[in-house]
Amino acid sequence: MTRADLSSSPLPPVGPHDHVRGPAHGPLVVVYGDYECPFCAALELSLRELPVRLVHRHFPVRGAHPRAFAAACAAEAAGRQGAFWPMHEALFADQGRLEDPHLWERAERLGLDVARFESDRRDAAVAEHIRADFRGGVRAGVPTTPTLFHDGVRHAGRPDAAALARLANPIA
Amino acid sequence: MTVVAAGRPAPEFTLAALGGRPFTRADLEGGVTVLVFYPFAFSPVCTDQLSVYSELREDFAERGATLYGVSCDAVWSQQAFKDSLSLQFEQLSDFEPKGATCRAFGVLHPGGFPQRALIMTGPDAVVRWSYEAASPGDLPGANLIFDALDGQES
Repeated sequence: MTRADLSSSPLPPVGPHDHVRGPAHGPLVVVYGDYECPFCAALELSLRELPVRLVHRHFPVRGAHPRAFAAACAAEAAGRQGAFWPMHEALFADQGRLEDPHLWERAERLGLDVARFESDRRDAAVAEHIRADFRGGVRAGVPTTPTLFHDGVRHAGRPDAAALARLANPIA
Repeated sequence: MTVVAAGRPAPEFTLAALGGRPFTRADLEGGVTVLVFYPFAFSPVCTDQLSVYSELREDFAERGATLYGVSCDAVWSQQAFKDSLSLQFEQLSDFEPKGATCRAFGVLHPGGFPQRALIMTGPDAVVRWSYEAASPGDLPGANLIFDALDGQES
């Protein structure tokens, strides 16, 4: 039996498995988030207004948010059809509707092949990707959602307006 | 006041478990225990520190560690908190005399609530490791507990 290593480790570097949005040379912001967390949704709206290079990693916490894991799977499945970010935004836009029919409805609205979406979101590799994001976050010290990393520095919880302004304009 | 250091025996204490059952130093004996002191039930973070630990319950169990949440809230408040986050570990109340156990472990904040602190004890009820956050708003990641759990075995 091999135990998962959960000891402290640096933030996993951005790699090909990551989802990246925003200007290539913008300040890099890595967010660990949960689609059922309202503070994550609020942060998402703020980040959309900023010229940052955003990496979203999954940190679903099922006790508090029973649909968070399924929602993360839906985003990954949409990603296999090139629609990770549209699904990401659609999930955050309506957190009260995360049951399976709501996920199918989003897939349809985004023009995805719904049958493929349905089988992809149950794929073991999708679940493994999400668990790997979660474990990497735990090892990097993510204690809650949202937690963001900017310039290698961890900020846990909801950032205030001043902290958000510093993300976009680190010199100020 | 600073948190009780590694190598020191856990002090005598009495906390109330759900239903009012006492939980004392004797309950630490025979296993590895992690006491998770937190300031208040329902304190305003989104996905709470405790629900992240709860998500990792199998990883703690694999290492033979039992976690307990400890606060000065009443057992009923703790029960409601546990239910609302579907926490998989028991809560212990330091309600009356208020903060006595927190004081004994050196984690009572001057404001009358626990500092955010983690204390790990061994089967002999001796403190193996302890951690106190720089401020109550500073949330310790589960990685710190795993560092302590995995470090002690080698």
